[in-house]
Amino acid sequence: MLDDFMMRATLAGVGVALAAAPLGCFVVWRRMAYFGDATAHAAILGVALSLALSISVFAGAMVIALLMALTVNLLTGRGYAMDTLLGVLAHSALAFGLVAVSFLSGIRIDLMAYLFGDILAVSRMDLAVIWGGAALVVGLISWRWSPLLTATLNEDLAHASGINPKREQLVLTLALAITVAVAIKVVGVLLIAAMLIIPAAAARPLSRTPESMALVAAGIGSVSALVGLRAAYIFDTPAGPSIVCVAAVIFAVLSIAGSVRTSTQ
Amino acid sequence: MSLVQVENLSVRYGAKTVLSHVSLTVEHGEIVTIVGPNGSGKTSLLRSIIGAVKPSRGRVTQSSDLRVGYVPQRLHIDPTLPMTVARFLALPGGVSAPHLGEALAQAGVPDLSGAQMSRLSGGQFQRVLLARALIGKPQLLLLDEATQGLDQPGSAAFYRQIETVRRDTGCAVLMISHELHVVMSASDRVICLNGHVCCEGTPEVVASAPEYRALFGSGTMGALALYRHDHDHAHDHDHHYDHTEAAE
Repeated sequence: MLDDFMMRATLAGVGVALAAAPLGCFVVWRRMAYFGDATAHAAILGVALSLALSISVFAGAMVIALLMALTVNLLTGRGYAMDTLLGVLAHSALAFGLVAVSFLSGIRIDLMAYLFGDILAVSRMDLAVIWGGAALVVGLISWRWSPLLTATLNEDLAHASGINPKREQLVLTLALAITVAVAIKVVGVLLIAAMLIIPAAAARPLSRTPESMALVAAGIGSVSALVGLRAAYIFDTPAGPSIVCVAAVIFAVLSIAGSVRTSTQ
Repeated sequence: MSLVQVENLSVRYGAKTVLSHVSLTVEHGEIVTIVGPNGSGKTSLLRSIIGAVKPSRGRVTQSSDLRVGYVPQRLHIDPTLPMTVARFLALPGGVSAPHLGEALAQAGVPDLSGAQMSRLSGGQFQRVLLARALIGKPQLLLLDEATQGLDQPGSAAFYRQIETVRRDTGCAVLMISHELHVVMSASDRVICLNGHVCCEGTPEVVASAPEYRALFGSGTMGALALYRHDHDHAHDHDHHYDHTEAAE
């Protein structure tokens, strides 16, 4: 079964969609969309470093994504607005990454594969890493679900319940770094944030509780991966962007349906 | 022993000292109100009691296993976050259905459990916050200007609800309020704060203290007038609004 490259691609896409859904909900609720973007951009520097040091791309991307996220956490509230700080760090990391890649003499690397993903080239090993990472992210977020939700609502409310919001923020940061690292191969650095945000946003009009929103987002993400890959195969379009396009269409349809329903009530 | 003991507490944000050498205690079952002008450190005091602010000096001691219910000054729920009242009340620990109904009834909003938080009116929202604070059967209820954004009848009704909760559950209440004329009569003790404790005591003692008058000026007379009015005459609580309006 895993010998078929389409089968491996589908499994990879669904794996990323499942990890991105609950995390993406928190990214949307906490207005961290740009934060996800910045972490993903920084990962390209990780890719360059891991190629230079001959270590696994997954490990390199994850370490740099994590460092990036921790730096942002540390620097917020010290003089610069969050978006300024993220803009400086994300694009510097991306630029340094691209420059570093050009120094790698002797190795021809296909940068496009990391910017836009190369889901059709997913190996069995990649699949194991993706599903392992996804299981870790889903496990981490399910374990901390209630404290995370409380801290997202209000930090003082969390303190009064004996929850440390800083620690919960760290859990999210860690989950984000893992997701970015496993999703690079599937949708690439530039479209990771799309897989986080679009399914979660699309799920909002259908949801009455946070839990149902996360489940619906997982469903929408998985359907996007399945349909997007199929469409890419039929129309010979790039796979990663096709997945994101399907998610975007679902978002548009559900948003319009949601606003029509609200206005007729 | 006291539920909470604050000893010689100082809090600084960077170079700015917001609280210096504040000491206070809250005993079982009493209603203590903190009054003070804007920027006097009221919220910082409450936040250091729940552990959200680290004191730069002094310390806050809670009695062992103290259960605290906290109602924040304002709570913004992002519109992208779907949340029913029942789900909100169950955060973070989970709650049984009868328990949930009891807390909503105590807060005066028994029928709201299925509603979306984003659809509630200001008054309903504050009462749901109160219900959530009551879920854990607190021994100490902390309220940070819980009636902000409510009109005067709304906030008067809210404070009556607090008194009812105290009577029914026996919990102590430590609250911040701007509405002196409303809370003065409901409090056992008033602490007047302005970076330090200016004066404290029964409402009548505080209202007549020169430090308090220096801070609140002529508004004091109205508060005091109402306070005395409330207690010097036999009166019907249903006419409370009329008294309040007449005093202004």
